[in-house]
Amino acid sequence: MTRDGADLGARLRGGDLTVAPAVLNLVENRTPAAQPRIAALLAEVAPAALGGEAPGHVIGLTGPPGAGKSTLLSQLLAGWRARDRSVAVLAVDPSSKRSGGALLGDRARIDFDPGDRAVFIRSMAAGDRLGGLAPATRAAAHALAAAFDVVVIETVGVGQSETEVADVADTVAVVVQPGSGDALQFLKSGIMEIPDVLVVTKADLGQLAVRARRDLHAALRSLGARETAVVAVSAVPPAAGVEELLDALDAHRARGGVAARRLRARRLHALADFAEEHGSRGMRALGGRRAAERWLAEQDPGLDVAALGRGLAARAGEGG
Amino acid sequence: MRTYAGHSTAEKSNELYRGNLAKGQTGLSIAFDLPTQTGYDPDHELARGEVGKVGVPVAHKGDMETLLDGIPLDQMNTSMTINATAAWLLALYIVAAEDQGVGADALQGTTQNDIIKEYLSRGTYAFPPAPSMRLIADMVAYTVEQVPRWNPINICSYHLQEAGATPVQEIAYAMSTAIAVLDEVRPRVREELMGRVFSRISFFVNAGVRFIEEHAKLRAMAVLWDELGRERYGVTDESQRRFRYGVQVNSLGLTEAQPENNVQRIVLEALAVTLGRDVRARAVQLPAWNEALGLPRPWDQQWSLRLQQVLAFETDLLEYPDIFEGSVVMQGLVGELLAGARAEIAIVAEHGGAVEAVPYMKSALVESHRERIRRIETGELTVVGQNRFTETEPSPLTADGDGGILVVDPDVERGQKEALAAWRAARDQAAVDGALAELARVAGSDENVMPATIAAARAGATTGEWAQTLRDAFGSYRGPTGVGEAVALGDASLEDVRDEVERLSEALGRRVKILVGKPGLDGHSNGAEQIAVAARDAGMEVVYEGIRLTPAQIAASALQEGVHVVGLSILSGSHRELIPSVTAALREAGVGDVPVIVGGIIPTADVAALRAAGVAAVYTPKDFDISRIMRDIVALVSDRNGLSATSAADSRST
Repeated sequence: MTRDGADLGARLRGGDLTVAPAVLNLVENRTPAAQPRIAALLAEVAPAALGGEAPGHVIGLTGPPGAGKSTLLSQLLAGWRARDRSVAVLAVDPSSKRSGGALLGDRARIDFDPGDRAVFIRSMAAGDRLGGLAPATRAAAHALAAAFDVVVIETVGVGQSETEVADVADTVAVVVQPGSGDALQFLKSGIMEIPDVLVVTKADLGQLAVRARRDLHAALRSLGARETAVVAVSAVPPAAGVEELLDALDAHRARGGVAARRLRARRLHALADFAEEHGSRGMRALGGRRAAERWLAEQDPGLDVAALGRGLAARAGEGG
Repeated sequence: MRTYAGHSTAEKSNELYRGNLAKGQTGLSIAFDLPTQTGYDPDHELARGEVGKVGVPVAHKGDMETLLDGIPLDQMNTSMTINATAAWLLALYIVAAEDQGVGADALQGTTQNDIIKEYLSRGTYAFPPAPSMRLIADMVAYTVEQVPRWNPINICSYHLQEAGATPVQEIAYAMSTAIAVLDEVRPRVREELMGRVFSRISFFVNAGVRFIEEHAKLRAMAVLWDELGRERYGVTDESQRRFRYGVQVNSLGLTEAQPENNVQRIVLEALAVTLGRDVRARAVQLPAWNEALGLPRPWDQQWSLRLQQVLAFETDLLEYPDIFEGSVVMQGLVGELLAGARAEIAIVAEHGGAVEAVPYMKSALVESHRERIRRIETGELTVVGQNRFTETEPSPLTADGDGGILVVDPDVERGQKEALAAWRAARDQAAVDGALAELARVAGSDENVMPATIAAARAGATTGEWAQTLRDAFGSYRGPTGVGEAVALGDASLEDVRDEVERLSEALGRRVKILVGKPGLDGHSNGAEQIAVAARDAGMEVVYEGIRLTPAQIAASALQEGVHVVGLSILSGSHRELIPSVTAALREAGVGDVPVIVGGIIPTADVAALRAAGVAAVYTPKDFDISRIMRDIVALVSDRNGLSATSAADSRST
């Protein structure tokens, strides 16, 4: 039963980009029958199977509606393709609380060549999960990073969504448009975590954009965040800033720390998943959160989230 | 009295025009095909299936010269239904006149040139809003001095009503569009010319079947226009502030069910714009009774013309002064509309004017349209023959089954492509390159774009080349869809469907996912938008792809998104070419098993061919019950995934 999942994982590991749609169809599947197949897939792309972290650069791109994320993504896609990198985009949209349905509109606004097999765009509904990430997004991002050079997770919002994105992405870029003070206020007040890259769109607006960039710089300086790059981009011809942004994203990744960040994220996710499934009783069985974290820190760094989760469950079953 | 004309090629259209002029028609009304309207040559991928379809293809000055051959342009009043590429088509017209020895100052006519309504309703835009507005302003500034008898812009509230606008929205968005144009033109012309500019702006309005309110709407527009001229633009000459408008009566309210009822609807709508003399329309265009079924034949158009002639020549309609003078009821109605419109104009102004408010207005129209559909579905709004009094005797008018469709010969497209290749081979390429380089330079500067556009027309550049040069300069653009902002309704009409969607999603393991989009150049997106919003409210995940998609794009999206069903909408009549190419592209992408449903103006005679091409269901305007379509989708997806269909399997459409 788990053969197809393992096969998909093996093909991703071998760099086969064409399996991306099938991978997403599987990781989004919530039936009990699909769970062992998903686990088999993820095991094939876990660090243990890969002999290290997945090579793809996972980038979180987040910002409020209307900030110009889709336009920016179109430009970034073109830029990455010009640098001969394959790109997967997971565009996460909120779901309607009333109907459970979702309008996944971003795809229509992203320019791409439908014949280009090295570009994959998938819209995902956030579901009822707080914080803005679709349940399967994390698994999808990890899996795709085994085959694609770049995996972008695009989310809507400012203040909270980048927090969860930060747990999945190697690099988080927050997109803001000049004239909206939200990002600045959230940054100053600590509602928003400090991103790795700040992108100011609509740089063609002139004075307004210059001021936005300056204010953000000043706020970051006062927070001591000297490593955060602030890049201004413009989509209005002549387009500007995209090369600089591509370089800034690369530079952040080159600074290292990806393995540690991902390892930490895997352990946190395993614990979050465990807590969701077993509740506070389960946590008590583990001897509390801090004890669980200590136990996780001692585990093999090559284990994936599912394996860590099984370990936690087993431990809770033993009665701590 | 004119009939909207334009057929397949410049030669054929020229024959038609000359025939009509010989019969006493006084003006020309030119409709262009969608590639010409959106700035693509006949050999562009997106032009497929559309060449010569809803109007005449004009790819260069040679086509324009053929189109106008033997027609004395110094005596002609020519109305061109053209917007995004209006500057280019006017340039071709000026060059064609030049070749006849007629100067630009002698030319009379109108270019529609209202780009805002293209973003809101028709979808045939080519450039982003701000540079589009600049093109319009350049054209107004140019014509007011160089082509003084030309009406450079005709602001179209017509299409807003077709997209669902209420009377208040129709008034407010039309006025806001006029303000945006005039504000953009003001710095480009000498102060003393503003009165003339103002007087050259005319309107193209809609008239719905609630004809008393519609008449009040026109009176309200006249009041606002006068006020605007006086107060905002300082136009002192009263005659320059007169509200001038043409009208086409409502198509949205015409029904496919019992289509003969459309005749009385059309007559009543015509009354809306003719009843009171003070705001009587200067030109009236009546649609054909069978417009909801397909392209009308000459006989159908003749019937529409006769409706007008009976009103004008048999009735006493035109014999009295304004019959509403002193009417308290009419005055009250006008007052209400004025108050509503002023408030809405203020909201648009708060967004930064019509250009910036395009997304706001678009989503407001999607909401209004949805409300209208909801009221029809629930029976709050009566549509005779559609949701009430639906029993009918067999109709002799539609007995032949095809409802009267005019089919364009598919060879036209091949012929146009060959002619274009020959044109490119024969022209002075260096002159074209030079003219386009100059156009690119001007586009990037503050200079008026018209002289360089006229020079490019003269040099032999093509419609696609002109538009591509400007796309490169201005950037490409996709208009807002308006659906994302639509309020999520938890309304009862979809309650049962939501349960079904929930059960099916559980069985599938993930939420039912639908791709909705429009292949080709047809930009009438109302239907697709309503399906997208309803599917979301029914609990599905909806990938809404918007307009102007190639089959390859649709197939790539269906594959990558892992959708369970694909919904396509086409109203331009190109479904015969486009739908089979989409199903072929889906098969090629390996997702041929994903069912495809099609909505649009699809004649019954074409349904079998579409089904043979792999289409699972076809919906036409008579399928106004969206909840039923949603139930059909659930049944279809259940069936294709080998799941026992839920309760709705019995209502499957054909």
